[in-house]
Amino acid sequence: MSSLALRKAAPAAGTTPGTAQGPPLRRRIALVPTVTLLLGAVYTLLPVAWVVIASTKSGHELFSTFTFLPGTGFTGNLKDLDAYRGGIYWEWMGNSALYAGLGAVLSTAVSAFSGYALATYRFRGRETMFNVLLAGVLMPPVILAIPQYLLLAKADLTDSYLSVLLPQILSPYGVYLSRIYAAAAVPADVVEAGRMDGAGEWRIFTRIALPMMIPGMVTVFLFQFVAVWNNFLLPYIMLSDDERFPLTLGLYTLLEQGANTPALYTLVITGAFLAVLPLIALFLVVQRFWSLDLLSGAVKS
Amino acid sequence: MPHTKRRRLVTTAVAVSLGATTLAACGSEDGGKAESGPVSLTYWTWAPGMDKVVDLWNKGPGRKDRITVTVKKQASGDTLVTKILTAHKAKKAPDLVQAEYQALPTLVSNDALADISREVGDVKGRFADGVWQQTTLGTDAVYAVPQDIGPMMFYYRADLFKKYGLKVPATWEQFAETARALKKKAPDKDLTTFSANDSGLFAGLAQQAGAKWWTTSGDKWKVAIDDAATRKVARFWGGLVKEGVVDNQPMYTPAWNKALDTGKQIAWVSAVWAPGTLTTAAPDTKGKWAMAPLPQWSLDQDVTGSWGGSSTAVTTDSAHQAAAAKFAAWLNTDGDALNALAKESGIYPASTSAQLSGAFSNPPAYFSNQADFYTKAAEIAKTTAPSAWGPNVNVAYTSFKDAFGAAAKDRSDFGAALRKMQDDTVADMTKQGFEVSR
Repeated sequence: MSSLALRKAAPAAGTTPGTAQGPPLRRRIALVPTVTLLLGAVYTLLPVAWVVIASTKSGHELFSTFTFLPGTGFTGNLKDLDAYRGGIYWEWMGNSALYAGLGAVLSTAVSAFSGYALATYRFRGRETMFNVLLAGVLMPPVILAIPQYLLLAKADLTDSYLSVLLPQILSPYGVYLSRIYAAAAVPADVVEAGRMDGAGEWRIFTRIALPMMIPGMVTVFLFQFVAVWNNFLLPYIMLSDDERFPLTLGLYTLLEQGANTPALYTLVITGAFLAVLPLIALFLVVQRFWSLDLLSGAVKS
Repeated sequence: MPHTKRRRLVTTAVAVSLGATTLAACGSEDGGKAESGPVSLTYWTWAPGMDKVVDLWNKGPGRKDRITVTVKKQASGDTLVTKILTAHKAKKAPDLVQAEYQALPTLVSNDALADISREVGDVKGRFADGVWQQTTLGTDAVYAVPQDIGPMMFYYRADLFKKYGLKVPATWEQFAETARALKKKAPDKDLTTFSANDSGLFAGLAQQAGAKWWTTSGDKWKVAIDDAATRKVARFWGGLVKEGVVDNQPMYTPAWNKALDTGKQIAWVSAVWAPGTLTTAAPDTKGKWAMAPLPQWSLDQDVTGSWGGSSTAVTTDSAHQAAAAKFAAWLNTDGDALNALAKESGIYPASTSAQLSGAFSNPPAYFSNQADFYTKAAEIAKTTAPSAWGPNVNVAYTSFKDAFGAAAKDRSDFGAALRKMQDDTVADMTKQGFEVSR
C-alpha cells in the first residue's frame, strides 16, 4: 500500500510545475503520498525526538515528568557519562569510529574492485560467483557471527580489533550494488577506448572507471558505515575486553549490570543520543556526493 | 548426538564419585605446577567495580602466589551464557566466569565448568546449605563458589499502609485480603502488580511454595514445573489478576517506575537487592518504604524463595584451574574482598559471616528509616528454600514470559499458561537429547 503510494509520489515530485497533468488530478495524487510520507516521518522521528528530550532529563525527572517536556539535566548527564569509569564511553566512541570508518572504507574498496571486475570482465564462473554473492545478500549476517567466531578462534584472532574488522570487509550487498552500478555507469566503450589508448587495466580502473562510480561507492560506504556502527552481535561474540567494545556493546553493558545494580538509564539514553550525532553529521557531509542520482554518472559520460 | 548429552550428565556424576582418589592424585601435581610460575587469569563478570575488588587480590594474596587476575566486564543475562558456550566451543572460554545459579546446569551439561571440589571444598561451611547445594547440582562435585544471593522479601510503603489502615500480610491469604481492602478504600491504587517480564520472580515464588522444577533420578531428568506447588502459586496470582485487585502491567517500565514513585502501587514482592532498584525507580519516596518477610503459605512456615544471585565458576578451558579456584574462594570468603564487593559492586554476599559484617551494619540509604534492615535480611536469608535448576532454564523462562505475559494481559487462565511452560520445557529437553521421565 505505502510502496504504491511512494511510487506514485516520485513522478509527482519530479514534475516541473505547469507541465503534464492538470491541477485537480495532481492534487488528488499528491495528497495520499504526502500524508503517507508525513506519517512515515512522524513514525521514524518520534523515537529520535524522545531520545533527544530524554537525554536532557536528570535521573530524577526521567520517569516523573511529562515525556516530551525537556528536563534540566543535560549537562549533568554529560558529566556523569564522561566520568563513568574514567571516560570509557569516549573509548567506545573511538572504537565505533574505527570499526565503522576503517571497515567501511576497506569494504567499499573491496566492493568497488570486485563490482567493477564482475561488471567489466567476462570470465568463466562469473555468473556462478555473482549468484553465490546474491545468496550472500539474502543471508542475514547475524547467523554468520558464530561460525565466524569459531573460524577466527582457529587463527587466534578473537578479542582483537581485527576480529571485528575482518568479517565486515566483504559485504555481499556492497559488491552486488557495485556491480550493478559499474555496469550502468561505466560504458564498455569507455573502457575499450582506454585500452586503445594504451592505458593499463589498473589505470583504466583508477582514472576512468572509479570517478564514474563515485556516487555509487558513496552509497556503499554509507550503507556499510551504518551497518557496522549499529552492529551488535558480531562484536558481542568476538570481543571480551570492554576497552575494545564499540558503542552498541558498551551501552548494553550499562543496561545489563545484574539484578542488584539498576540499569543506568540516563547514561544509556545520553550515550545513545551522542551515538546518533556522528551518523547524522556523516549523512549531512556526504549528501552532496550522494544527491547525484544513481544514473547521472552514466548520462554525463 | 542425543546420547552424548545424556552420557555427559551421567559421566560427570560417575567421574566425581569414582574418580575422587585418582583426581586427588593427579590434582596435587596440578597444584605444584600452578605455584611454580606466574599465572595470569581472565575473569568475565558483570558486577560493576569488580576491577577494584580484583586489584586487592592482585596487590595482596595474588602477588604472593604470583596469580594475576584481569577483569573483562560483560553484560549480564542469558546472552552471556551463550557467549561462554560459544567461546567454550572454540576452547577459548576465560579462566573464570560469573554465572547465575540457574545457568550452572546449562554450563555443566555442556562441559564448560570444571569441578573444583578439591580446591574449594573447605569453604562449604561459609554458606547456607541451600545456597551451596546450587553449586554442586546434587553431586559430589563443586562447580562454582557462591557470590551473592537474592532472598525474597516483601516491600511496602509504610506511610500508605498506615494511611489506609492496612496490616503487613503474614500469609498469602492476608496478602490477597490486603489487596482487596486497598481496592475498596482507594480504587485507583493497586497493592502491587503481577509482572511476567522477569521469570526469576515467579520461579522464586514457586520455590517458596516448595516446587522443585528440575530433578534427576538415575540418568533421567524429571520436569515438575506444572506441579501442585507451582499450580497453587499460579492460581493465587491468576485469581488476583482476574479479580482486578492487583495490576497486570510489567515491571521495570517507565510506567511502573512512575506507579511506584507516585504511590499508585504501594508494595512490591522483591528480593534483598530491591533498595538499589527503588533508588532509581522511585526516588521521591525514599525513606517511606519498609521491608518485611515474604508472606507464607501457612502460618507455621518460615521460608522464602530466591530471586537472583550468582556465583564464580572456573572453566574447563582454563589452563590454571587450581589457581583460578583459589581466587574464586578468596573472592567470596575473604573479609576484605567481601567488604569491597559490597561497597564497589553493591552485592548481597552469599557468605553468611559477611551478611552482618562492616558493610552491612547500616541499612541501605534508601531504607535509612529501617535500622535493622540487614539484620532482618540475614535472618530471612537463612530461611531460603532449596532450589532445583535444570539444563534449559532459559527456555522455561522464555516460555513463562510469553505464556504468562499473554495470560496476565488478558486476565485469563494462569493454569493453561503453566501447562504450556511445562510442555515447552520438556519438548526442548527432549530435542536437546536429554532423557526426560514422564
